[in-house]
Amino acid sequence: MTADIGKLDTFPKLLMHHAAVRGSAPAIREKDLGIWQTWTWRQFADEVNAVACALAALGLRRGEHFALVGDNRPRLYATMAAVQCLGAIPVPLYQDAIAAEMAYPIQNAGIALAFAEDQEQVDKLLEIAPQCPALQRIIYDDPRGMRHYPHERLLPYDKLLVQGREGMQRDPSFVEREIAKGSGGDTAAMFFTSGTTGVAKGVVHTHASLIGPSRVAAELDRLDANDVILAYLPPAWIGQNIFSCAQAYVAGYCICCPESSETVMIDMREIGPTYYFAPPRVLENLLTQVSIRMEDASPLKRWLYRRFMDIAQRVGGAILDGKPVSTMDRLRYGLGDVLVYGPLRNVLGMSRVKVGYTAGEAIGPDLFKFYRSIGINLKQLYGSTETAVFVCVQPDGQVRPDTVGPAVPGVELRFTPERELVVRTPGLFREYYKNPQATAEVKDAQGWFHTGDAGYFDADGHVKIIDRVKDVGSLADGTLFAPKYLENKLKFYSYIREAVCFGHGRREVCAFINIDPDAVGNWAERRSLAYAGYLDLASRPEVAELIGSCVERVNADLARDPQLAGSQIHRFLVLHKELDADDGELTRTRKVRRRFIAEKYQQLVDALYGGAASVHIEAQVRYEDGRSGTLGADLKIHDVKTFVPAAATQAA
Amino acid sequence: MSAQPRPFVEEAPRGATRRVIGEVILSVEGVSLSFGGVKALSEVSFDVREHEIRAIIGPNGAGKSSMLNVINGVYHPQKGTVRFLGRPRQDVDTHEAAAQGIARTFQSLALFKGMNVLDNIMTGRNLRMKASLLAQAIRFGPAEREELEHRAVVERIIDFLEIQAYRRTPVGRLPYGLQKRVDLGRALAMEPRLLLLDEPMAGMNVEEKQDMCRFILDVNDEFGTTIVLIEHDMGVVMDLSDRVVVLDYGKKIGDGTPEEVRNNPAVVDAYLGVSH
Repeated sequence: MTADIGKLDTFPKLLMHHAAVRGSAPAIREKDLGIWQTWTWRQFADEVNAVACALAALGLRRGEHFALVGDNRPRLYATMAAVQCLGAIPVPLYQDAIAAEMAYPIQNAGIALAFAEDQEQVDKLLEIAPQCPALQRIIYDDPRGMRHYPHERLLPYDKLLVQGREGMQRDPSFVEREIAKGSGGDTAAMFFTSGTTGVAKGVVHTHASLIGPSRVAAELDRLDANDVILAYLPPAWIGQNIFSCAQAYVAGYCICCPESSETVMIDMREIGPTYYFAPPRVLENLLTQVSIRMEDASPLKRWLYRRFMDIAQRVGGAILDGKPVSTMDRLRYGLGDVLVYGPLRNVLGMSRVKVGYTAGEAIGPDLFKFYRSIGINLKQLYGSTETAVFVCVQPDGQVRPDTVGPAVPGVELRFTPERELVVRTPGLFREYYKNPQATAEVKDAQGWFHTGDAGYFDADGHVKIIDRVKDVGSLADGTLFAPKYLENKLKFYSYIREAVCFGHGRREVCAFINIDPDAVGNWAERRSLAYAGYLDLASRPEVAELIGSCVERVNADLARDPQLAGSQIHRFLVLHKELDADDGELTRTRKVRRRFIAEKYQQLVDALYGGAASVHIEAQVRYEDGRSGTLGADLKIHDVKTFVPAAATQAA
Repeated sequence: MSAQPRPFVEEAPRGATRRVIGEVILSVEGVSLSFGGVKALSEVSFDVREHEIRAIIGPNGAGKSSMLNVINGVYHPQKGTVRFLGRPRQDVDTHEAAAQGIARTFQSLALFKGMNVLDNIMTGRNLRMKASLLAQAIRFGPAEREELEHRAVVERIIDFLEIQAYRRTPVGRLPYGLQKRVDLGRALAMEPRLLLLDEPMAGMNVEEKQDMCRFILDVNDEFGTTIVLIEHDMGVVMDLSDRVVVLDYGKKIGDGTPEEVRNNPAVVDAYLGVSH
């Protein structure tokens, strides 16, 4: 049977295979009116069949594009599959995008038909309809609030389904014939990249490029038809699509759709997914909730938690990795599992998680270790929309907080002299839609894809991503300088809100630090340190000492890595104001604009490198009501202890 | 693709079918109410038509809440009649009013703080439960089926008010705006013909107010429920209501569309307080 399914080269073929082989097994679940409703593979395939008939009758043809806007819902996935059955191309769009952002993809792909989840999405599509003359019909799922919409472009899903069933009766084998016409080289879906830099680009993926890596990764993690996932991230994001479509079709597992975005925690606990994905910020929120609830718990529980979490921190990760651990520690951990870790995993809804992934941004080592230490097999992966997610995956037993693991089988990796990671993978996208120039910029004739990420292989052949290539520089002596990597390392300390590192073309690295007013304020309160406001708090010598110890620990850590030992931070100052998007110092997504800050605070940068003990600054600030004023402050410059690189000590 | 023939086209869309305001379902005729020497209401008359949203406004102590209390049978007026669905009713009690299909929410919430959202809304189904207490307790035969039906109604309300995430949360732990929503949910669970809302937005922030406005309009629109509401926020009143009654010191001083009321000099003097 596995050989059989291995030959199926498109998603519709896989879907029909599951409907035939495990027709009565659950394919998709949704919590509706408080009860989990299940569609079996047979029911789901039947619905897909009907929708496909209706869409064909509406004029959807092979090769045309079809937009989908909405949250994870069985009907959205059924429509997506129906579109693929006809050889047309689903284009999922982010449901939280504003109307104006949806206009470009719809115009660009000449989309005539769209699926919208509810009134909110329909409103957005109707708003941009005048700019999108090709857009003819909007199919909507939830009719609430739309009883008075007289629009001739709207068609309720329920009616579509009825029409489709009639069509199915007239020609029962229509969809089957359409599916047979498809092959792996056909376009399966198009994903628009968020486009933080310039215009959004449509990333075209074929069935082969989505199915190939999904299959390899599913085998790597031994996913099968008994697995369950909770689909809670936007369907327009390729990761969600891989986890809730591609891999589900490959492995035949069940997808569960939460009741609403607010109920995800509750739904997690009810479903108990076995396969899980979360970006670092979600994991961080969960940990914060746990910490807050532990603070409120009774003294006995707090004591138990602290005691056993210490044990987990010490040996939990090693036990999960299958490394040798003393019998005594194993016993202690076993007791902790009964008393603390087990119940905690249950509260998080992760009791059954066989494998969990995190990706997207750097994850704090403490955060990462927390989940692993309580027995959740959280791992990192590396990939992008263009590479169908799976480029690097950490295999079980080789999990580290600061690397993303070796290449997935079948993927070739190398680094250019500029340290850029280039990838050749079966999961590589075909092209950017209608944008051959952009395609040529990142994909060369031999099929190597330029990721734009800089990094290197560590001693064990694991890939370590440090920054975007364009931001990587070098110190005056040629040592590698990756500002974002250093800044992230600093920001893992809760006392540091933002950090800006300088060093390109200089002798050594210096940094601006923004303290986190909440965390540091709380710290100050606990030590009865009175302060008047941000500036006062930031200029306290005690706070400088606190931040200095954080920087020192970062340096100690850097010294252990021969590639980065040279970029230890020699001096820092604590900024007199919080970096703010309103002042142009951060982007709206809270990324530091390093170059702008360097120019604006030239005086401070010069002082850091000039060896002065303090510097006076008059700064323009803009208040929230729009007025601006000046602020004067004396900033102290602090030296930090640096460490001799590990390699050098060995040599000596 | 536009050239493709369409084998089936859904029915031609109809024009905007806004709800139709129907017959008078409640009329208040010359109602006077006094507590000892204090005249709370004197000779107040107005009517409420089916499917409309009717607002009662007025300064503090104008008799607005007293008026609602007369309508749902908490107070019995000394003079005048209240007709509901054409039948005069002099001295109905609250539970009789409820049985007739009049539900209300309260200015100061009257929820069971220790009970969860689901159970609180379920209490609104109480009047519609037929099975005996004992049958319900042991889930005997029809009692179980009945409970399932009630639960289904409650779940639809939870879905409608978008409070799925709080189903099992004790009401006392919810923020105020959400408690107000639960209060509305409990009133809706009665499937009322006439819904009385006593200051549904009091103490809410702007966002909560907007949500509440949307729910009130949706209730009116989706279920055709007739609504009488007391509200202080003039913007809300003017946006939501079809007609407005203005009370001052227990007397009616204005009645009409929001536009008419806004331009009525007596109303402006008494309530809006703008000199002219």
